[in-house]
Amino acid sequence: MIEGAKWKRWVFFYIPLSAFVVSLLFPFYWMAVTTVRPDSELYRPWMAPNYTPFWTTRPTLEHVRGLLEETLFSTWMWNTMFIAIVSTLISLFCGLLAGYALSRLKFRFAGSLGTGIFITYLVPQTLLFIPLADIIRNFRLGDSPWALILTYPTFLIPFCTWLLMGYFKAIPRELEECARIDGASRWKAMVYIIFPIAVPGILSAGIFAFTLSWNEFIYALVFISSPAQKTVPVGVTSELIRGDVFYWGQLMAGALLGSIPVAFVYSFFVEHYVAGLTGSVKG
Amino acid sequence: MAPVHIRQLNKKFDEVHAVNNVNLEIHDQEFVVLVGPSGCGKTTTLRMVAGLESITSGEVLIGDKVVNDLAPMDRDIAMVFQNYALYPHMSVYDNMAFGLKMRKFDRAEIAKRVQEAAGILGIEALLKRKPRQLSGGQRQRVALGRAIVRHPQVFLFDEPLSNLDAKLRVQMRVEIKKLHDRLGTTAIYVTHDQVEAMTLGDRVVVMKDGFVQQVGEPLELYNTPANRFVAGFIGSPAMNFAPVTVSEANGALWASNEGMRIKVPAEIAARLKPYTGKECVLGVRPEDLRVANATDPPELNLDAEVEVVEQLGSEVLLDVKVGPTTMVAAVEPTVRAKIRDHLRLAVNPERLHFFDAATEAAI
Repeated sequence: MIEGAKWKRWVFFYIPLSAFVVSLLFPFYWMAVTTVRPDSELYRPWMAPNYTPFWTTRPTLEHVRGLLEETLFSTWMWNTMFIAIVSTLISLFCGLLAGYALSRLKFRFAGSLGTGIFITYLVPQTLLFIPLADIIRNFRLGDSPWALILTYPTFLIPFCTWLLMGYFKAIPRELEECARIDGASRWKAMVYIIFPIAVPGILSAGIFAFTLSWNEFIYALVFISSPAQKTVPVGVTSELIRGDVFYWGQLMAGALLGSIPVAFVYSFFVEHYVAGLTGSVKG
Repeated sequence: MAPVHIRQLNKKFDEVHAVNNVNLEIHDQEFVVLVGPSGCGKTTTLRMVAGLESITSGEVLIGDKVVNDLAPMDRDIAMVFQNYALYPHMSVYDNMAFGLKMRKFDRAEIAKRVQEAAGILGIEALLKRKPRQLSGGQRQRVALGRAIVRHPQVFLFDEPLSNLDAKLRVQMRVEIKKLHDRLGTTAIYVTHDQVEAMTLGDRVVVMKDGFVQQVGEPLELYNTPANRFVAGFIGSPAMNFAPVTVSEANGALWASNEGMRIKVPAEIAARLKPYTGKECVLGVRPEDLRVANATDPPELNLDAEVEVVEQLGSEVLLDVKVGPTTMVAAVEPTVRAKIRDHLRLAVNPERLHFFDAATEAAI
C-alpha cells in the first residue's frame, strides 16, 4: 500500500490502476456489447442522432442464436476442446518426465539438452509450420484433429518442460532423498512425493498449455481446411467474414463464447496458478 | 543394529577430491560424529554411506554386506536431514508412516510403531498436523520419529540441529543422546559444531579437506590432538598458538620468542629434543592459562598485556598480547582486569602442546 497523503494515493495508485483495468477490460466489454447489439444499431452511421456506441438500447440474442444455428460454431467448440485437452495431456505427461529428468538426474549433456529444448521453443511457429506442413502431408494427417494434436506439442512440450523444470528445482532435493532412504524407488518418490508437491506447478503448466492450444491460430489455419474440422479461432475468422462482409455480431458472439472456457479454467485454478508461478515450497 | 566399515573410501567430483582414502570402523551401537569445517567431506562421506552419492572407489559395509551398489532403500538405514525434509503435503502421522507403507507393513503394525515413536518423542498431540504448522523443534522431532519407526540398522544424521536456535539445539542434543542410549542403534552424525561432536560422540572423527585428521574419543582429541588443526578445532575458545624457537640452556629445553621464554617440562623435552635450534609452534589452551601468583616459577610465566575483557559470568576471557602473538586466557571470574593492564600469566606445564612448524603434526 502507498503511504502518505490522500492525493498521493490517488495519483500514484488508484488512477493508474483504474486506467489499466479499464483499458484491459474494454475490448471484452466491446465484445459483449456488440454481441447483443441488433444489426440496425450496428450499421448506424456515427453522425446519426441516436448513435450510442458504448451501450445498446435494444439488446438481442439474435447473433448468438444465428451463430449456434446457422454456423458450425458448436462443432468448432468441440474440436477445439478435444484438441486442446488431448494435446495438453500429451504435453504435460512428456513435460513432467522431461522436466524431472533435466532437473534431477545427472547424465551427460543434461545441460545442453535442456538448452536445446528451450531453443526449439524459440523457433517461431510462423517458420515451423512450413516443414510441419510437409510432415503432416506425408503422414496423411491433414484436415484431421490429429494434425493439430500432434503438432501443438512441438511448442507445448518445451514450454511445459521448462516451467516444470524450474518448479522441480525449487523442491528441496532432500525430500526425495529422504523418500528414497525411506524405501521408495526413484519412480515412487517421484509419484508420491515430488508430483503432489508440484501440483501448483503442474496446474499452471496445464492451464498455460490449454490456453496456448485453445488460442492457437496459424497451425489450425494451415493444416485444417474443411469447415467441420476447424477450431474456434480459425472457424470464427474464416467462416464469419465472407468476402468483404464482416458479420460483426456473430464474430463477437463467437469470440465471447470462445473465450469462456479459458476464462473459466483460469478463474477456477487461479490460486494454484499464482502459487505455481511464484513457485514456493514450504515444508 | 550393525557395525559400519568404511574402507579406502574416495569421492571425486570433476576437479575436487572431496573424500580422500577414508577408513573408519564403526562398531555396533556406537555413536560416531564426523566433524570439520564446511567442505571437509564429512557430509559427502555420510551421503556415500546412505547411497545418495556414488562411490568413486573404496567400500562401504553395513553389517557384513558391501552396500556400494545397493539403492538407498535397500541399505536399511534412516537419515535425518538438516532442513528436516518433511513431506509438506502429508500429516505428521503420514510422514512417519511413509517408510513403513513403502515397505508394505500392515496398517495395525504401522499405527503401533508410529504411536510408539510419537510417545518416545512427545509428539502424540501433533500427529494430525501438517509440517508447516509445526515449530522448528517439533519438525526435527518428527524427522527423528520418521527415522526411528523403521527400526533401521544405522541412523545417519546430517547436521540435524543446525537450523535450530541455540537454546533448542542444546535441548535436542540431549534428546538425541537419550534416544541413542535407549535404542542403541549405530549412529553416524555429521556436524560442524565441535561442541555437538564432543558431547554426542562415543568417538569423534575430525576431517579436513577430505582427509581424516584424527579419530578418537572426545577427551583423547582434546588432550592429545594429532595435529595443529585438530588442536585448534576442538575446544572453545580455541587453542592459542605461538611460533617459538627451541633452544637448550642449563640442561633444559626452552621455547622462546620475543614475548616469552618457557621451560619445557622434562617429559615433553625428550620428544622436542630433535627440534633444538629450530622453529616450532607452541599450543596452549585458554583454560591452561591463569593469572600467576608469587609462588609460580618464573620460567613458566608469560608477560601479557590485556586487550579485551569478556565477562562470561562463570569465567573471564582475556584477550592478551604476549609479545607478537594474541592469546586468549580463560581465568577465574574473580580476576578484575582492565584493558591495557599488564599481567603475568602462568601456564600449566603438563598441558603444553608442540607442533611441527612445517607438517603441523603434534610433537
